[in-house]
Amino acid sequence: MTTTAPAGATAPPHASEAPPEPRRRRSLTGGGALFVLPFLVFFGLFLVWPVVQGLWMSLTDASLTLHDPEFVGLANYAEAFGDPDVWSSLGNTVVFTLISCVPLVVMALVMALLVHSGLVGQWVWRLAYFAPYLLPVTVVTLIWTWLYQPDIGFGNQLLTSLGLDPVGWLSDESVAMWSVAALTVWWTVGFNFLLYLSALQSLPVTFDEAAALDGAGAWRRLWSVTLPQLRHTTVLVAMLQVLASLKVFDQIYILTKGGPNGSTRPILEYVYDVGFTGYRLGYASAVSYVFFALVIVVSVVQLRFFRQEG
Amino acid sequence: MSAVSTPVRRPRRPRREESGSPLLLGHGRLPRVLAGTALTVLAVVWLLPFLWAVATSLQSEQDVMKSGLSPFKGAFTLAAYRQIIDRGNVPTWAFNSVLIAALVTVLTVAVSTLAAYGFSRGTFRGKRALLAVTVAAIMVPPQLLIVPLFEQMTTFHLVDTYAAVILPQVVAPMMVFILKRFFDGIPRELEDAARIDGASELRVFRSIVLPLSRPIVSAVSIFVFIGAWNNFMWPFVVTNDPDLMTLPVGLATVKDAYGIQYAGSMASALLSAAPLIVMFLLFQRRIVNSVATTGLGGG
Repeated sequence: MTTTAPAGATAPPHASEAPPEPRRRRSLTGGGALFVLPFLVFFGLFLVWPVVQGLWMSLTDASLTLHDPEFVGLANYAEAFGDPDVWSSLGNTVVFTLISCVPLVVMALVMALLVHSGLVGQWVWRLAYFAPYLLPVTVVTLIWTWLYQPDIGFGNQLLTSLGLDPVGWLSDESVAMWSVAALTVWWTVGFNFLLYLSALQSLPVTFDEAAALDGAGAWRRLWSVTLPQLRHTTVLVAMLQVLASLKVFDQIYILTKGGPNGSTRPILEYVYDVGFTGYRLGYASAVSYVFFALVIVVSVVQLRFFRQEG
Repeated sequence: MSAVSTPVRRPRRPRREESGSPLLLGHGRLPRVLAGTALTVLAVVWLLPFLWAVATSLQSEQDVMKSGLSPFKGAFTLAAYRQIIDRGNVPTWAFNSVLIAALVTVLTVAVSTLAAYGFSRGTFRGKRALLAVTVAAIMVPPQLLIVPLFEQMTTFHLVDTYAAVILPQVVAPMMVFILKRFFDGIPRELEDAARIDGASELRVFRSIVLPLSRPIVSAVSIFVFIGAWNNFMWPFVVTNDPDLMTLPVGLATVKDAYGIQYAGSMASALLSAAPLIVMFLLFQRRIVNSVATTGLGGG
């Protein structure tokens, strides 16, 4: 943090008889394990244990009703790979990730650049763009169910007043996923916006000033000075966003229940359906582990990709 | 996650945020006008759903059902709000939301700062492996845990208790990771001086490391609080008793029970959103700055 560290923080002279222990040794009593202990208890009980438990369940025919699950080996996994619903819901998840991530990164960047450009009324813009992120998912879906309402909702009222045909926002199979993505962009872009904005605020102005003195115009400076300096932030925002989009569940479950005709059902909703409504916990666990494997693959690929870029 | 770690923290100019970078737009008039227009259009689009919801909540159900693009189709009334408050559950749910979010925040921040300090300064066996597992846990989708966690809560007879809602939310590997990175950046010399003076480790942590970390701790607190306030899935699964529900969960049940009542839905939606919006209005500069101090935003 600040640079108030005492100049000669080495051992004081009178302690010089002591063997010259390396400084790390004087670190924490008990190696500091006690500090980590409370976290480890929570972590073990409520994360590691359920993960292991779920993995075990995926190898059994556990269900919500039947009480003595039997070991079935990899049967659930074999079934998952042949299950067309797994593939279609995985497909929906990928489509959602593609159509939500690009606007969620690009719009956040545009908003941050605009707000940062020095026009008055910063707090109004910040509030406008970030406020939706503060809403609980139920509130967001309530508001958008209303906007998407077929007869008297804002969306169709607007279209008909412009002389256009009303759209089945949530009932048309080819439109519903876009409606969900639009809601998601509105709801969550504020977080990425804030990450970009604070990155912009911590950039040194010196490069910008130097480029301006050399006669570089505004666009030139944006492309050649500002955007390159935001690279690390973009990498971070994009990676977090892809992971978040892959995990989409809440808003879709409340808004469309995966419909119409399964066209918006993401893989995690399929897991929920199979587990809690179909009572097949073992199979649901297997499907969720297939998904988890996908998440890990995507993370590794992203890391590789961005490391090469960097 | 190594591509994520930012190398050097640059010194930050205080108070520059309000001015922004005037250089970005150059000196011409046109770019200013264009940027201002774009900002305004985007802000209107972003605020429109709110305004629509507010207008809807201030009318009677019958008026709402009339068609027409104007948000106001009838007389102004607070009937929807009165009805919700009379129904009685909303204050209970608001209380639960505040209590649960506050407890989750306090516990998570306590547990996570201690752990982050241990990971940053500790020398115990298996530290690297534990840290690796913690970082890897960031990728676990929370939905993966719901079924086993529910079984666990059933075994412990905790279903329909505050404990069941709160305890699993205290695990926040991402926050531990962010805090650890911040602690790593604090020079050890400060602590060593205190250690030589005979301060205990807990004391060093409390009176040297924590005060230096106030920005990061408030950032983490804010994000944990927003997360807990808005958490839907887990409280939804683990509570059936309406007296234990949080606002988001309670509202979802109201919507199902009463069918579609638009004025009522919008009023309850706005009521439950209000506390966080007010919080943001009060603390927004701190929130924006705190994102920067997490190192998430820094270049």
